[in-house]
Amino acid sequence: MILQLIAAALGTIGFAVLFGVPRKYYLVGGLIGAAGWGIYCIFIDAAGSTVATLFATVVVIFLSRMASVWKKCPATIFLISGIIPLVPGSRIYWTSYYLVMNQLGLALETGYEAVKCAVAIVIGIVCVFELPQGVFLFLTGNRKKRK
Amino acid sequence: MQAGCLLLESGAEIFRVEETMERICHHYGIKADRNFVLTNGIFFTAEYDDVNVFARVQRVKVGGSRLDRIEAVNQLSREIESGMYTPDEALKEVDRIKRIPAISPGVQIFASGVGSAAFTFLLGGSLSDCLAAFFVGLVVYVYVLFIFKRYLSKIVGNIGGGLLATVLCIFLYFVEVGDHMNFMIIGSVMPLVPGISFTNGIREIAEENYISGAVRLLDAILAFLCIAVGVGIGISIMGSFVEGVFIL
Repeated sequence: MILQLIAAALGTIGFAVLFGVPRKYYLVGGLIGAAGWGIYCIFIDAAGSTVATLFATVVVIFLSRMASVWKKCPATIFLISGIIPLVPGSRIYWTSYYLVMNQLGLALETGYEAVKCAVAIVIGIVCVFELPQGVFLFLTGNRKKRK
Repeated sequence: MQAGCLLLESGAEIFRVEETMERICHHYGIKADRNFVLTNGIFFTAEYDDVNVFARVQRVKVGGSRLDRIEAVNQLSREIESGMYTPDEALKEVDRIKRIPAISPGVQIFASGVGSAAFTFLLGGSLSDCLAAFFVGLVVYVYVLFIFKRYLSKIVGNIGGGLLATVLCIFLYFVEVGDHMNFMIIGSVMPLVPGISFTNGIREIAEENYISGAVRLLDAILAFLCIAVGVGIGISIMGSFVEGVFIL
C-alpha cells in the first residue's frame, strides 16, 4: 500500500514534468496524486471502480483548489497531473485488446466501464468547481482576497 | 492581448484567458469587456473612450501543455493589477515569459520513463515489468519529441505511438524482460494520454463554453481512440507472428 502511494506520487510528478509544471510545485502535486490514488484504493473493494473514481476525483480537485489558494497559483497545475492516475487508461487498453481478440462481449463491457469512469471524473470535476472560492479561502485560513 | 495568446497556446482554459485579459486592460484604463475567445482564436476589442476603438483578431495554434507559462502569466496579471508595471514593462515581461525555456528534452524523456514505470507498478506489475516499462517509456517519449511533434499529424502520431509502445513491450516480453505484458503496455502508453485536453475540455463545458469544450474533448477522445487503435494494430501484427501468446 505504501509502495503504491509512493508509485502514485512518482507517476504524478513524472507527468507534472511532462506538462511543464514549475519545479516548486512538484512535491505538492505528487502528494495530491498519491492522495487520490489512496482514496481510490480504499473505495475500490467496497464500492466498485466507478464510485471509487468519483470519490478520488473529488478529493484530488478539492486538494488542488486548496493548494492553489495556499500557493497562489492556478489550480490547473495540480489538477491535471493529479488526475492522471485516475484516468481509466487500463480499461481503454483492455477494450482495444478484446476488440482485436474478437471478444466483443468483453470489449463492450470494459469499454462501458471506461465510459462510466470518465463520467465519474466529469461529475467530480464539475461539482467541486462549483464550490465558491470563499470556501477554500476559509479552509486555508487565508482571508485575503486572492484576485 | 499578447498575454491572452500565450495563455491559450500553453493550454489554459477559456475563462482564464478572458479574465486575465480583462483584468490587465482594466488596470490600464481600457474598457475591454468585449473579447470573445475560442480554443483557436481570440477576437478582441478595446476602447479608450467612445472614439478610439481598437480591434484585433488573432489565430492561435492549439496544442501545447506548458503549465509553467500559465502560472507565470497568472502571476504577472496579479502584479500588473497591483500596479507594479507600466505598459511597456508589462509587454517586456510577457516576452520574457514567452521565452522561458521548456524543460530540457533529456529530463522530459526521463520523466516519461518514470511515469510509465510508476503506472505499471500501480496496475500491479512486478519490478521487472516496471524496468521494461521505464525503457519503453523513454523510447516512446523520444519518439514523441523528435518524430511525432515535428513531422506527424495528431492522428497518425498517436496511432504510431501506441503501435511503437505495444511492439516494443511485446518484444521485451519475449526476451524475458517483464512478466506481465499487458501491464507493461498500459504503463508505457500513459505518456501519450492527453490529460490536459481531457480535463480542460470538461471544465470548459462546465463553464458553458460549449464550442471550446467540444473542441478540446474531441481532441482528447480522438487521441484516446488513436492510441487504442495503435495498440490494437500492434497486438494483431505481433499476434500473427507468434501464435499462442495472447491466451487470456
